[in-house]
Amino acid sequence: MSARDEVLARVRRAKVSGSGSGAAAPVPREYRAAGTRGPGDLELFAERLRDYRAEVRVVDADEVPTAVAAALRERGARHIVTAPGIPPEWTAGWAAEQARAASAAERAAAEQVAAAAAEQAAPQVGEQVAAAAHEQAARGAERAAARSGTAELSDPIGRIESRVPLGGDAREALREMLEAADAVVTGCHVAVAETGTIVLDHDAADQGPRALTLVPDYHLVVVRAGQVVAGVPDAVAALAGVRTQTWISGPSATSDIELERVEGVHGPRTLEVVIVRDTQ
Amino acid sequence: MTTFLGMPAGGGNLTGEPFPQAAREALGNAQLRRNLAKATGTIRAKRANVVGELPDWAQLRAAGAAIKDDVLANLDEYLLRFEEALTSRGTHVHWARDAEEANRIVTDLVRATGTREVIKVKSMATVEIGLNEALADIGVHAVETDLAELIVQLGKDKSSHILVPAIHRNRSEIRDIFRREMPGVDPGLTDDPRALAEAARRHLRHKFMTVDVAISGANFGVAETGSLVVVESEGNGRMCLTLPRTLISVVGIEKLVPRWQDLEVFLQLLPRSSTGERMNPYTSVWTGPTEGQTSHVVLVDNGRTATLADPDGRAALRCIRCSACLNSCPVYERTGGHAYGSTYPGPIGAVLSPQLTGVDRNPTLPFASSLCGVCYDVCPVAIDIPSMLVHLRERVVSAKRATPESTAMRALAWAMSDARRWRRLVRLGKFGRLASRHVPLPGWSTARDLPQPPKETFRDWWESSR
Ligand code: SF4
Repeated sequence: MSARDEVLARVRRAKVSGSGSGAAAPVPREYRAAGTRGPGDLELFAERLRDYRAEVRVVDADEVPTAVAAALRERGARHIVTAPGIPPEWTAGWAAEQARAASAAERAAAEQVAAAAAEQAAPQVGEQVAAAAHEQAARGAERAAARSGTAELSDPIGRIESRVPLGGDAREALREMLEAADAVVTGCHVAVAETGTIVLDHDAADQGPRALTLVPDYHLVVVRAGQVVAGVPDAVAALAGVRTQTWISGPSATSDIELERVEGVHGPRTLEVVIVRDTQ
Repeated sequence: MTTFLGMPAGGGNLTGEPFPQAAREALGNAQLRRNLAKATGTIRAKRANVVGELPDWAQLRAAGAAIKDDVLANLDEYLLRFEEALTSRGTHVHWARDAEEANRIVTDLVRATGTREVIKVKSMATVEIGLNEALADIGVHAVETDLAELIVQLGKDKSSHILVPAIHRNRSEIRDIFRREMPGVDPGLTDDPRALAEAARRHLRHKFMTVDVAISGANFGVAETGSLVVVESEGNGRMCLTLPRTLISVVGIEKLVPRWQDLEVFLQLLPRSSTGERMNPYTSVWTGPTEGQTSHVVLVDNGRTATLADPDGRAALRCIRCSACLNSCPVYERTGGHAYGSTYPGPIGAVLSPQLTGVDRNPTLPFASSLCGVCYDVCPVAIDIPSMLVHLRERVVSAKRATPESTAMRALAWAMSDARRWRRLVRLGKFGRLASRHVPLPGWSTARDLPQPPKETFRDWWESSR
């Protein structure tokens, strides 16, 4: 007999011996069920997140680009990755800041070169060199602007669909890219006020494949008010049929040493949440 | 073997030294008792706090128990449904009658990948079957990635708690283990828990990025959808489940829940009961192979059907391994987990281990309790461990041949067969005197708390000191 058939046969034999086996009593579901508690309370959600020592900002819809930019600036993020399908405006503020900073830096460098050349050469040659250097600086700034923001890093990741098998090289490339990134920005599928939990659906384009939100050390999530539900049953209902999920409640933590909580072990050590109020 | 209906027993890491001897050794270790008292005291307070927050805890608990009873009553159907859901999505399903067969399946799968190393998510089932040892036999190193499991592994030690396997170690002992055993560790490593966690992060980072085969367990398997669920804190689970190309999950057959909806109950009961948090930092759910992985599930019996066959013992299979009963148990707090000699220590171990192996291979464990009843009160799936202990004591006694011990055992069994009668006797101290004066049972009366004529019984002590 195969192991499968034998285990199943044992289960059936065991059932017969049990008194009152077969139909168990119906499951009493008298706890607070899905859909009975209204929408999630944003204040409570923010408070529960802060209890896990996550960073929280509560903003209006038009403030998202500024809030994301401020968060990333304070974090000192230089290379970020994003889920391919997030609304571009979420990171637009940060991208513009980066472009300005990059072009300012290139212009300053070019001016230095020009000044040095002008000092060393005869005055009239110096002027020509300075003009050429200025032109070069302007082109450099354009290139920098095009390259800055999320373009350089998020494009290759954006193309890696979570359903596509990752062959050896693509896998390696993805890991390298993620290790080089110092922040990741995504949306979420649903969030739970009572427990301060955010759930990602990894088949959704604005949440991305699992590794995306795992390897970088800082995860910034934008949660819209309508996504926040009251309790766990509401979230489980909203997640029916979602194949691959990660439930996140605060940053990575361990209590393995004398049961004392330490934040930040293997997953992102910092979780930051931008909660977007409903503004109608 | 003395299992119910002569059902085949389980093997692996489920037996050890008899409890009385092992407990006596542990009781002599003052450091161990201090470590345990501190850790369990902390977690008890946290648990009570977050459980008290939910107005519907009792209803969730009743639902949790009923869902698991439904699983056990219809296990064959749910297993078939689970298998069907898994295979239809491309997961390979394997069945194992016992520990040995499970190890053979996993080692064959690992050998086929050609790897010399695997990374592991914390999993009680793989400790139970002794998988790391079986992998070592074929020359494959299993890297434990949960911090506490890593401490146990580097310290060449054994797990003493189902949630925090290194609970018996304090910070300075852990620092010493890391300094001694972790390649390339900073020799100036301090005992600050943050520094210790950071050392583990560095040590494992490279493994996560390079090892291509992972082994996990599962907290839940959803029969309806074929989804597997791993509940964790550190992110090591996410690393193992996500990055490697091959994922092998070893799952006890009792881990199922029938419907997706049922997780709404268990994802409330488990984190609050285990780490005392409203929610654990990370829960991973996957349904079929994900992102190009090859995925295997090994369904393990190893004595679970023997447990299922006993109508008065089968409720032990409801257990979701939260460890609340360990953290609340006055006996566990004094003896630690090693004294139980099994992968599953504490109150749940005292009822589960003897059922998995047959009571003759674990005859002392059902007596490793004072029947104070706290384990039942805190259990999120309402397993009546005290009554089950009494029932198993009877099974131990009736399994014994007529040895000099058996008369005394029968007397014990009479007294213990009714929890109220037993408590009364213990409180009066009568039974203690009776046992120690008239019954020549050195192993029992010296190491166990009860047969000593106590000034204050365990139960009185426990109730007054809470
Ligand atoms: S028996 Fe109950 S309290 Fe103990 S570990 Fe299992 S579920 Fe938790």
